[in-house]
Amino acid sequence: MLKVRVMPTLLFKDVGLVKGRQFVSDRRVGGALQAIRVYNMREVDELVFLDITATPDGRRPDFAQIDELADECFMPLAVGGGVTSLDDIRDLLWVGADKVVVNSGAIANPDLIREGAEHFGSQCIVVAIDVKPTGPGRWEVFSHCGQKPTGLDPVAWARQAEALGAGEIMLTAIDRDGMMEGYDLAVTRAVSDAVGIPVIASGGAGTYQHMAEAVTEGHAAAVAAASMFHFTEQTPKAAKQYLRDAGLRVRL
Amino acid sequence: MPTAVVINYGLCNLDSISRALEECGADVRVTDDPAALAKATHLVLPGVGAFAKAMQNLKARGLDAAIRERMAAGVPFLGICLGMQLLAATGTEGGTEVPGLGLVEGDVVRLQPRDGERVPHVGWNEVHGTDGWPLFDGIAPGTDFYFVHSYHVRAAGCDRAASTPYAGGFVSALAKGNVMATQFHPEKSQKPGFQLLRNFLKR
Repeated sequence: MLKVRVMPTLLFKDVGLVKGRQFVSDRRVGGALQAIRVYNMREVDELVFLDITATPDGRRPDFAQIDELADECFMPLAVGGGVTSLDDIRDLLWVGADKVVVNSGAIANPDLIREGAEHFGSQCIVVAIDVKPTGPGRWEVFSHCGQKPTGLDPVAWARQAEALGAGEIMLTAIDRDGMMEGYDLAVTRAVSDAVGIPVIASGGAGTYQHMAEAVTEGHAAAVAAASMFHFTEQTPKAAKQYLRDAGLRVRL
Repeated sequence: MPTAVVINYGLCNLDSISRALEECGADVRVTDDPAALAKATHLVLPGVGAFAKAMQNLKARGLDAAIRERMAAGVPFLGICLGMQLLAATGTEGGTEVPGLGLVEGDVVRLQPRDGERVPHVGWNEVHGTDGWPLFDGIAPGTDFYFVHSYHVRAAGCDRAASTPYAGGFVSALAKGNVMATQFHPEKSQKPGFQLLRNFLKR
């Protein structure tokens, strides 16, 4: 059977990795290459690497940097940040990304999803959706690293992304990011139940229990986490041991 | 030292497979030149993406004929993911039938998810039916490998076929003479993946 993936998220800013709260990420947490080497050794299921200043700075992804990192990365690697064109997708795959994460670029031009899927296959197009709650059972999608309200409803946008050819959704609750108090289970479930493609829950993981809930209650196919791996003693491997004890299928 | 030639038809990440083959002890060359295939002791056709576009690119570069010629010469060949699908007689991506390389009997069809399953099939899943298969030497049957795909090969007439329990079960690896193929990505499957690549290079 297919296993639940536990995916560390690495946020890259300027020269190294950062992690903060609610999309304000100023705390330095070390070098990217060093982190990738550690996760290689630990044989994590998959890695997400996001350049969080590319879109706000209005620049393309740093292909040379990603080339160097991908050469050391013997695990599946999803790369995002600043992806606005088919050329960006092609060049990221070329330097070693297995999947490309699109967010603001796809909101501005949804055809980017369709073109990417047609050329390179749905399986390598991950659509990241960042959300904030606007009322009970209601959320709004934000672009530009959580800065710009879009007026989009995440369920409708996820469905549209799937119809355009997205292979996965990475759903992040902005308010929960870095708080380590648990994922937004309601929005995770609403989006997961609305689409037939895998949904990666992101934003808020602080304990292994949170990860189990994202799967059992949020119906997520995979769980992403950053702070709990950067700032606590918890590891992806121990997370999977916990998930297995909770009756979920994982790779150990 | 084996010389592994990775066939480049302009669609995908070739870095991962090249780096992995190097780590497994091969001298690796990446090429889109059909003539360069003659130098290979081992051929690798990687790939993700769309079947029709891939076939079109292979043909435009004259790589389809070169691949067939090398296969007939008995060079060990490994198709990975889309590279496995391209071996089939027919692809059906996007509703239209497209001829493949025709080196394996069968067609390429979309995964039909069962209750609660999602497509694409993304992540780690088991590969069964590999006992006594040299390509899986040192790898326990049922080991998890990394998958990321929406289509699979309905293969027939193979010497060996492994299966993975998803969408009712599909062929996740096959062998027919000197042709080997995996629907999963050995280059992204860590220890068991590297073991498989080393086994391939020993052929």
